[in-house]
Order: sequence, then C-alpha cells, then structure tokens
Amino acid sequence: MIRAFLLALFLLVSAPIGAQAQQSDLQSILQDYQEIVASPSRRTVGPMLEALAASGLPGTLGFLEAFQNRDVWVRGADGLFFYVIERDDDQFTLLDIATGEEVGTADKSEIEQIRPNGGVRREIGSALVQFQLSDPDIERRQAAVDAIARDLSADQIGPLSGAIDNEADPDLKARKEMLLGMLIAGFGDVPEERITAIETLADRSSVEARAVLNQILRSSSEVAADLPEGENIAGERIVGVDLSREEAYLELVDAGLAPQRISADALRAALVENLADGAVGGVPVDELGDPARRVDAYQALAEAGQVAPFVTEDEITAALAAHTFYDVYAEADASVTRAAEEALAAIETRVAMGQAVDLGLDALSLASIYFLAAIGLAVTFGVMGVINMAHGEFIMMGAYTGYVVQLVIPDYTLSLVVALPLAFAVTFAAGVAMERLVIRWLYHRPLETLLATFGISIALQQLAKNIFGTQARPLTSPGWLDGARVVNDVVQISYIRIAIFVLALMFLVLILFILNRTRLGLEVRAVTQNPGMAASMGINPDRINMLTFGLGSGVAGIAGVAIGLYAKVTSEMGSDYIVQSFMTVVVGGVGNVWGTLAGAALIGSFQKGIEWLNPSNTLAAQTYMIIIIIIFIQFRPRGIIALKGRAAGG
Amino acid sequence: MSLVQDSGPRRPFILRHPSVLLFLGALAAFTIVVTILSEAAGLGLVSTSFVKTLGKTLCLCLVAVAMDVLWGYCGILSLGHMAFFGIGGYAIGMWLMYARTEAIVADNLAAAPIPPTPQEISDAIGSQIFGVVGSSEFPLIWSFADSLFLQLLAVIVVPGLLALVFGWLAFRGRVTGVYLSILTQAMTLALALYLFQNDSGLRGNNGLSGLQNIPGWEDWPQSVVSLVFFWASALALALGYVLCAWIVSGKLGSVIRGIRDDEARVRFLGYHVESYKLFIFVLTAVIAGIAGALYYPQAGIINPAEIAPIASIYLAVWVAIGGRGRLYGAVIGAAFVSLLSSWFTGGGAPPINLGFYTIQWTDWWLVLLGLSFVLVTLFAPKGLGGLVDLWTERRRTADRVGDYGPDKGAWRREEGEE
Repeated sequence: MIRAFLLALFLLVSAPIGAQAQQSDLQSILQDYQEIVASPSRRTVGPMLEALAASGLPGTLGFLEAFQNRDVWVRGADGLFFYVIERDDDQFTLLDIATGEEVGTADKSEIEQIRPNGGVRREIGSALVQFQLSDPDIERRQAAVDAIARDLSADQIGPLSGAIDNEADPDLKARKEMLLGMLIAGFGDVPEERITAIETLADRSSVEARAVLNQILRSSSEVAADLPEGENIAGERIVGVDLSREEAYLELVDAGLAPQRISADALRAALVENLADGAVGGVPVDELGDPARRVDAYQALAEAGQVAPFVTEDEITAALAAHTFYDVYAEADASVTRAAEEALAAIETRVAMGQAVDLGLDALSLASIYFLAAIGLAVTFGVMGVINMAHGEFIMMGAYTGYVVQLVIPDYTLSLVVALPLAFAVTFAAGVAMERLVIRWLYHRPLETLLATFGISIALQQLAKNIFGTQARPLTSPGWLDGARVVNDVVQISYIRIAIFVLALMFLVLILFILNRTRLGLEVRAVTQNPGMAASMGINPDRINMLTFGLGSGVAGIAGVAIGLYAKVTSEMGSDYIVQSFMTVVVGGVGNVWGTLAGAALIGSFQKGIEWLNPSNTLAAQTYMIIIIIIFIQFRPRGIIALKGRAAGG
Repeated sequence: MSLVQDSGPRRPFILRHPSVLLFLGALAAFTIVVTILSEAAGLGLVSTSFVKTLGKTLCLCLVAVAMDVLWGYCGILSLGHMAFFGIGGYAIGMWLMYARTEAIVADNLAAAPIPPTPQEISDAIGSQIFGVVGSSEFPLIWSFADSLFLQLLAVIVVPGLLALVFGWLAFRGRVTGVYLSILTQAMTLALALYLFQNDSGLRGNNGLSGLQNIPGWEDWPQSVVSLVFFWASALALALGYVLCAWIVSGKLGSVIRGIRDDEARVRFLGYHVESYKLFIFVLTAVIAGIAGALYYPQAGIINPAEIAPIASIYLAVWVAIGGRGRLYGAVIGAAFVSLLSSWFTGGGAPPINLGFYTIQWTDWWLVLLGLSFVLVTLFAPKGLGGLVDLWTERRRTADRVGDYGPDKGAWRREEGEE
C-alpha cells in the first residue's frame, strides 16, 4: 500500500504531462472504475484512489473533496459522473467534473447521488491529505502538516512518507521528516524501524517529541496476586512508597479482589438505621461516642447478618500483602519501550538543562529589576547614608510621569523617549526639594530621617491615590518590545526583560562613571567621607548633598518608568519595592555600587531558586528570602562587598 | 536622670516619679467616667461601639508604651513590634475561634441520633474553621487551640521566643541603628507574607473572625462584654505603665539610656550591652503580645494585613508625635493620633469646600498625617509631651553650654529626658 502510494506520487511529480497524455481525462479514469465509484465500499475504493493519484489530473483534488462531501452524482443512463446544481423545477444542471462547465440538464429521476459511507470517506480523506501534502500552495501544505501534528495516527504514515521527497521548502521538509519519524516511532510495524526512529527522536526536545514518547510509554495501573508473565511490565508499585495504603486498598476493591471497606460515615449510617430501643447490637446509645464501641456494635450487626461484614485493619494488611501492584505498558514490545524510556530520559536531561538556563535568565531579569529599583537608593543611602523611605514613591512618581506622558503623546515609542528624561527631571526636582526642606535638617539623626521621609512617603502615596485613583494605570510598552526571543521550546525571554536588563547595565555604567570619573563624583565622595575637610577644600557640601540626593532620586524616577512597563502602575507600587531595595543595598554592601549589583544578583537568583523549589507559592518564596537575608547579615554584617579602611567609617 | 545614684535613703518609687501616680489617677478617673456613661451602666451616653474603640485605644497605648521603652529609652527603633502585637492576637484568636466553633458544632451534633466520636467533632470543627481555605484538617499549630491556658501562655511565649531568636541574631551580629530598623521591618513583612498564604494554617488572608463572641459569655450582652474588656485593657495599661516606669527609673534604666546615647562607651564600662538590649527587646515584645491579645477580641477580626510593615511604622509615628523618652508621651501620642485618625477616616470631620475643590478628609487625612509627622520631626522633636514641659516649666539647663562643635550628633543627648 505504502509502496503503491510512493510510486503513484513519484509518477504524479515526475511526469504529470506524460500521465495526462496517457489518460485523456478524469471522467475516463472514473469510468474504468465505474462500479466502484458508483457504489463505493471501503475495501474496493483503494485501487480507484491510487489510479486517480497516479493520473495527476488537475481536477482530481476537487473531485475527491466533492466525492467526500457527497456532491458527486451519477447518471443512470450512461453511468457518467457529474456535479449538479439543483434548480427550482426538480431539474438539475449537470456540470462536468473536470472543467465545471455546464453540460446539460437532467430530471431528478435520471440521476442519483453517490453516498460514500464513513469508512470510504476516511479512505478518501487520507488520500486527500496526500494531495494537500503535495499541494503547490505552501500554506496548504503547511496546514496539512499542522493537521497531522495535531492528531498523530497510524494511517498518516503512508501519505506523509510519500510527500517528503518532492517537498521543495527545506523547513517544511525537515518538519515533515520529523513528523514521519514520530509517526514511525509511535505506530510503525517493524520494531527495528521504530527503535531507530525513537533514537532519532532523542535528539529533539520539542513538546511533540515528548508527547510521542509518552504515548509509547503509556501505562496502566494493575493489581494481581503475582506479576503476570508475558506482559511488558513497567515496574512494581510498593504500598507505602509509590501509593498509600488507602489508595492501594481502593484499587483492590475496584478490581474486585477485596470487599468494600466500611467507612466511618457508612458505619454511622448503619448504626443509626439499626437503632432500636436505645441500643444497637447490644451496645447502648450513650456509649457510641467511643469509636471502639461503635465497631463492636457494628460487628454485632454484621454477625447477625444485618449489614455487610466489617473489614478490620488486619484484613486490609493481609489483603495488601497478598497482592502485587504494578504498572504495565500498553505497548507490548519491551525493546521499543526500553528505547523510548532511554530517549525520554535523554530528552528530559536536556530539557532540565534548558530549564536551568531559563531559570538563570529569569533570575537575571529579576535581578536587573531589583538593581534598577535599588540603584537610586545605592546613591542616597549607600553613598550619602540618608535613609529615604520615600524612595519607593519616587519610583511611583516616575511611573506616573510615564503614564501621563502617554496620555499626551499617543505614540508609544516617542512617549517613552520623552518620558525617560522627564521622569528624571520630575523626581530630581522632588528629591532636591525634599533634601532642602527636610533631610538637610536631619543629617546625623538617621532614625528621624527615616521617620520624616516615611511621613513624606505616606503623604505622597495618598496624594497619588487622590489624583490617579486606586485602580492600576497601564504603561504600555512600544510594539517592538512585545513578544519574546525564543531560543528553543524551553528557553525564551521576553524583549521587555532584555530591555530592562540593558537599562540596568546602562545605569550601572552611568553611575559608576559619575561617581568615579567626574568632578561631581569626586566631590560627592569627598563630602560623604569628611564634610568638614571637603568644605575647607572649597567644596560646598550643601550643594553637593543636594545634587547627590537629586541624582539618586532621578535615577529612581527612570527606574519607575522601566518597572511601570513591566508591572502595573499603582500608588502602592513603591512600597512593594522599598524593603527589597533596602535589602539589596544592605546585602550588597553600603557605599558601593558594585555591592548593589552583587546584592541584586544574589537576591534575584535566590528568590528564583526558591520559587523553583516551590513553584506554587511566590508568597512563601518571599518569606524564605527575607529569612535567608536576615541570616546572611549575621555572617556578613557589612554586606557582600564591604568597604575597608577609613571609607568604612562608622 | 543622671547615672549617679542619689545619696541617702531611697524614697518610694511612686514618690520619686509623681508622673506615674498622676497617670494612674487620670486613667482610673477616665475608666470610671466611661463606665458610668456606658450603655451597660444605663446612662448610654457612650455607645458600645465607642467603648470598644476606647478599649482598643488603651491597648494601642500599651504597645506604644512598650515601643517607647524600646525606642525612646533604649534607642532601638523597631519597625516590627506590631508583628508581636498581631501574634498575641492570633494566639488568643485561635482559642476564641476554636472554642466558639466547638460550642456550635456540639449543639449541631447533639441533635444527631447517636453521640459523636471525638474524631467526628474534630472533623466538624475543622471543616467549619478551614472550609474557607479549602481544607478541613487541623494544622499542627492548632494543636493547643482547645486549651485557653496554653493559648494564653502562647500570647506571652510566642512573641517572646520570636523576639529572643531575632534579637539574639541581630544584636549578636552588632546590627544597629537604621539597619536594625530595616531588618525588623523585613521580619514583619516576612511574617505577614507567610500568614497571607492559605496553607499557613491560619486561614490565609481571611484571618480569624468572630472573635468578639467570647465562649462562655454568650448570655452577656455586648455592652457588658465591651466594658469588661475596656476594664481589662485599662488594667493592663496601668500594670504595663508601672512596670515600664519601674524599669526605666532604676539602675537598668540608666544603663539602657546609656546604651541609647553611646553604646560603645557603655560596652567599655563593662556592661554586656547585647544582653540589656535583648532583655528590653523581648520584654517589649511580650507586652506587645499581651496588648494584641486584649485588642483583637474587641476588634472582632484579625488578618495578616494587621501586621504589615505599615502598622509598625504607625506605632513609631504615635510614639514620635507623643514624644519619646517619656512614657506618658507615648500614651498621649497613641491615643491622640489613633482617635483622630478614626475620626477623620470615619467621616467625622466635615469636608472643607474650597470653592474649586472640596477636601474630603477620608482622602486627605493620610496626607495631613504624613506632613504633620514631618513637621513634628523637624520642629518639635519632643512631640506633644513637650507641651507638658512648658506647663511644668521644668526647664533643665543643658549639660553643656556654648557651641556643640561641628558634629550635631551630640544633640542626641538632649533628647529623651524625663
């Protein structure tokens, strides 16, 4: 059958013109198989379809579709086939099956509809698939391949293998070959071929390949007195290890190998039913609050034959010991399942590695978000030593600035370009104002700075709530940031995260440059180390403190735009980040931008790691994260990168 | 105030600190007035719900006193003490909820034809309590929920133990100042996040509810119950106040004030600073736990949002506004700010029409609070308690005169005097 199709297709491709020369038209081929076409059956229709495929005539595809849809009619007088158009007056217009031209009319009594049954239509369908697989239109071929991939079945091997050699598109050809490999692995007749195909599958890690292997390794749970001979057993299940005692006994009951257990509810119901004269089975009602007495009463009833016998724990233990629980493969050939197991193990190893890479990327992007949120704090808290609890609100202000800009400028790319410097300007101004009005008066009183800035934080938060409302505002990213970079089935990363990572890197470089390579940075470091000495060197410490604080705040504003793109903009978004940001700076080491980077990397990867261990619960991950940080600070109280010497100060 | 002991025979504690006696007198008078005016006494000028509000306020005053000892006297700004307050509430709430559910379940099962087994009772209570988080099993931490004594013990032991472990880790690692503040904030955040989970065993974000129904007191009307709790809160506040005043006035008090002013110097004098700090930290945590255990039966419901970091920061706000370093300041601050806050947020304050915009105080109260907090920190570091100084004209001469030098940190010595 396969070979016949291959041959047919070879002919179809290699010599369509020659074929046309041999066979004059569609009608005459069909006339060769007149009996079969007129009253098709599943067993007889094969040769006709092969002949049609071999003909390579242009109308063949249309005919097969019509045939399948019961649109082909036969004229009783001469046995010719037509398509018809029904008219009002019980007359039918006859159309030629090859050209579709009108060739006459017929009365309803003269023609008869051909109604192929379900089996025949399936045969036609697989023949059609073959046509579609070789269709000149690549999109139709693609659609046919997709249809096969959606629902793999044994009868697709033939059409698919016939449609590979003549495939012009290399991508589609590779995909067809892969699909064929899967089909053979799953449904092939010859074990050796299947094993070869399975081994080929082991090189792929696609979801489809895994699905095929899992399909081969499909198993069912069985129970019997002993392991049966001659079955492909996947493995034994141990009670207490692979399945619980209760589950095991339920399986025994379901298999009819043990009597139904009397549940506490059933026992109670039986007792209530047989309650008579204030006692059941000789036990007075008052004593029935004791579970042991309930069992006594029930057993008395059981002995009297009024209820089903009670199954004791000992009996359950004996029943479980007398039986073996095992899994058995649906696939009978052990060599095939073994090959599939090995292939699946190989794939899973590779998938696990892919997931590790993916987890690493996730951790990296989380770390860059933490870094962005904390970098401004690294300047104000880390370098200046000012606790700014309103730092989170500066992030929020930046995000709302981005939102307002988007309201004014509808083009997302342009609005982003405007929003970034504007957010910096707004929060820089806010930071400078705050430094001048509040923080300047509280240097050397860190706890009061903390409280005063906290007061500002709740005022700003409530102010944002009053202005923008409590619901989350969208900050839409430009189109070119949508979607994700897909490396393979397992590893992918969204562009927005890449953008945030790049932004974080840019900030790192920028802050390092400003602090270490500019006049301002030099003065900032001088003022932080010794304000009195710096002042006597002609530096104005007030001005420097103001600018530094403004810089840190402005950076927070830009971070706000970036975080707003990734998460929703709400008045509470700042407080979500403030504790984490302080943690990042403290863990990394105060007074050092590199330390903040290290802190963000550590916290980001820790958090992702914990989430990976316990994926259902991100709340728990944060809890454990904080506990780990508290313990970490025990061992490195000055952070990962601790300042040494005089800079460490005190 | 000074580290030097008074010579001569020691006068009684109360005489040395007349403010304690004054405070106790004022508290007693307040309690009696509220009792006479309450619905239970018949006059009904003070509604039951307001008696509850006042009782809750007294509990907040108690935790504020503890906070003042910790922050105003020992210099440790903990931003996590409301976590201990919440733990106390959870501990008593578990018993309240269990015992009440048990009574209801027992009523239901008594109607059944045969008496229930212990297992059936436990299952029924479990599904009543934990049905809301899709479970009916009793988590391990509910093991003692049936015993009032053990849960009352937990009110003291659990906050104390948590404070002991956390404080030991923090103080041993020489974590001080703002670092400690942030660390305590992280602790309360971690606890809140943990309790928000459904499988934490404490009903996730639903929290514990129905706590105002006290098992065994079903026959008493809420007006009486609220008054009983009001008295209990007043008594707890009085006892807590006396205990704290006694601690800060003795030799221990001198040492912890020394730690606040210059930790290193006290250490060089031979004191084991960590032990003193740990003692104060644990003691205040226990007081906070007791305050919480009295607060939540009056509030009726507790959920993890109550121990979010913001709650602890408000605690610091009360103490700062009231004036830290004086115990009555903490009481004044907590009472003033929390009552004012409920007046504003409860819609009690009339909206102000500016013509172009109407100020609704429910929206603007937090802005006002935040800004006034900044103003108090900047211009009135002594807080409301500073007003008392004006009245008593107890103007102390500064311990030094003239310029303080370039480092204004020395000003810290001026704060926190009694």
